[in-house]
Amino acid sequence: MIAVIDYGMGNLRSVSKALERVGAEVRVTSDAAEIAAADGVVLPGVGAFARSVQNLESAGLKSAVYKAVDSGRPFLGICVGMQILFEESDEFGRVEGLGILPGRVRRFEPSDHELKVPHMGWNQLRFCRRPPHFCGIEEGERFYFVHSYFVETADDGIVAARTCYGEDFVSCAWRDNLVATQFHPEKSQSLGLRVLENFRRLVDGEEPVDTQGAAAAGRPRGGS
Amino acid sequence: MLAKRIIPCLDVKDGRVVKGVNFIGLRDAGDPVECAARYDAEGADELCFLDITASHEKRGIILDIVARTAEQAFMPLTVGGGIREESDIRALLKAGADKVSINTAAVADPDFVAAAARRFGAQCIVVAVDARARGRHLELTEDGGGVDGRPAWADSYPELLIEEDAGTDAAGVPDETAAARAPGDMASAAAATVDTAGGRSEGPGAADKVAGDMAPAAAATVDTAGGRSEVPGAAARVAVAAADRSGVWEVYTHGGRRPTGIDAVKWCRRMEELGAGEILLTSMDRDGTKEGYDVELTAAVADAVGVPVIASGGVGTPEHLLEGLTAAKADAVLAASIFHYGDYSISECKRYLAGHGVVVRTPVS
Repeated sequence: MIAVIDYGMGNLRSVSKALERVGAEVRVTSDAAEIAAADGVVLPGVGAFARSVQNLESAGLKSAVYKAVDSGRPFLGICVGMQILFEESDEFGRVEGLGILPGRVRRFEPSDHELKVPHMGWNQLRFCRRPPHFCGIEEGERFYFVHSYFVETADDGIVAARTCYGEDFVSCAWRDNLVATQFHPEKSQSLGLRVLENFRRLVDGEEPVDTQGAAAAGRPRGGS
Repeated sequence: MLAKRIIPCLDVKDGRVVKGVNFIGLRDAGDPVECAARYDAEGADELCFLDITASHEKRGIILDIVARTAEQAFMPLTVGGGIREESDIRALLKAGADKVSINTAAVADPDFVAAAARRFGAQCIVVAVDARARGRHLELTEDGGGVDGRPAWADSYPELLIEEDAGTDAAGVPDETAAARAPGDMASAAAATVDTAGGRSEGPGAADKVAGDMAPAAAATVDTAGGRSEVPGAAARVAVAAADRSGVWEVYTHGGRRPTGIDAVKWCRRMEELGAGEILLTSMDRDGTKEGYDVELTAAVADAVGVPVIASGGVGTPEHLLEGLTAAKADAVLAASIFHYGDYSISECKRYLAGHGVVVRTPVS
């Protein structure tokens, strides 16, 4: 079972429906015991960094996140659910994050006026290292992003992929069992579903699918 | 590099797609969920539902449609129409929408946008702006045009209003008024326009199209399209009208029927300040004409704001999409009928754009 953490900040339905599409048994939950019992955990996120951290704290779920990451079970952070894993953000002054990963979150300030903020739309990943989640995904393929803040880190060891929007930012972080994406796999059509399917397979102790198999699973109904 | 987005829009009324969709092989072309799935499969970059259901009691229907769409189309979904309260936004997001688009409610109460952005995040608040070149509504709207839609707060924010001397009343532009009152002349001008555009838009409403051409944006169109001066005097009149009204557009509400007196470019900037994460900009002069986006309007807004701008209103050909994403500087293009009727597929349009140097996403199937 995969627990999708409900802390009032996510597009929970989109995340859970996408996971179900790739064969996962999903529970959307704010119950620490249920999170502890899950085989895999997803921390979704849409919205503001500060409010996300506050909500997680007031829901009593901060320690559930620490424990899930420490447990070695597959853990996936998405968008703001990625950002709050880092040390701090400069959103509305300085806000502390969970500090699980080294690095900070800061706002896009492109000097080129043609680059609009939020960074909204389909952009490419450039892999440094490739977590099993990206098995069957080519360099340069596009995923859906929507965010005004981004992660920067001095620790290259946790960077799986970078994306360029005026400057490079961390679009996928990876350490051991923890993978976090700035983009939204649940909104990235068939490629996003492939990432989620590979995550589901890790959770279920299966090998990541090859390109052919994943393509069949992720193809929208009625497609050719 | 970030790709430019193509966003098909479905108008939904009482749970059914209106304006007709003509996909081959759909069991039910009026079913928004089925249409959404098709656009998903075709490689649309986002989807937009515009709920035009009039009765408040039936507004729950859209929630069911959004929920069912989100179960099978794993792509960004924007829903607009009739959003008045934060509870409307919450319900849509919970059902599976990623963004909501606010139009009339933003004009009625700009603080609503600020509150919504604070609560839900700027990234999911799209402000939809319907704009017309100043002065146009006097001749063009037959259905309630002229009803004063100026919001109660307007007097407190004179800086957002159109300066009286900037937008000349139509009566003050003799050449243009003459054109508007000479149907025969306009019909022939319309024919010339249609020929140039490839014959895809014709029929009733031609007069509106020609009048639309005389809006300020026409200057750019005339330059690029050429050939419109085949009708003696028409180009000259366009030039006169354009020179008189250059760069002033007025915000309309209630589906383009009520003028507000608000300057569209200043309004978009204000909406960004209050927390809008994106601007969906529709030219009411061009909407439904298939004559192309209002390039001048769109570029003026894109230059004025730091958030992404979606161009809307007037697409008839892939060339118009290209123009929207290049000369008009939009970050995304929204279109309805060009895709609905099967004139062009999304992938065909993307190939065309890519062939002209625009970065687009080629979906993996």
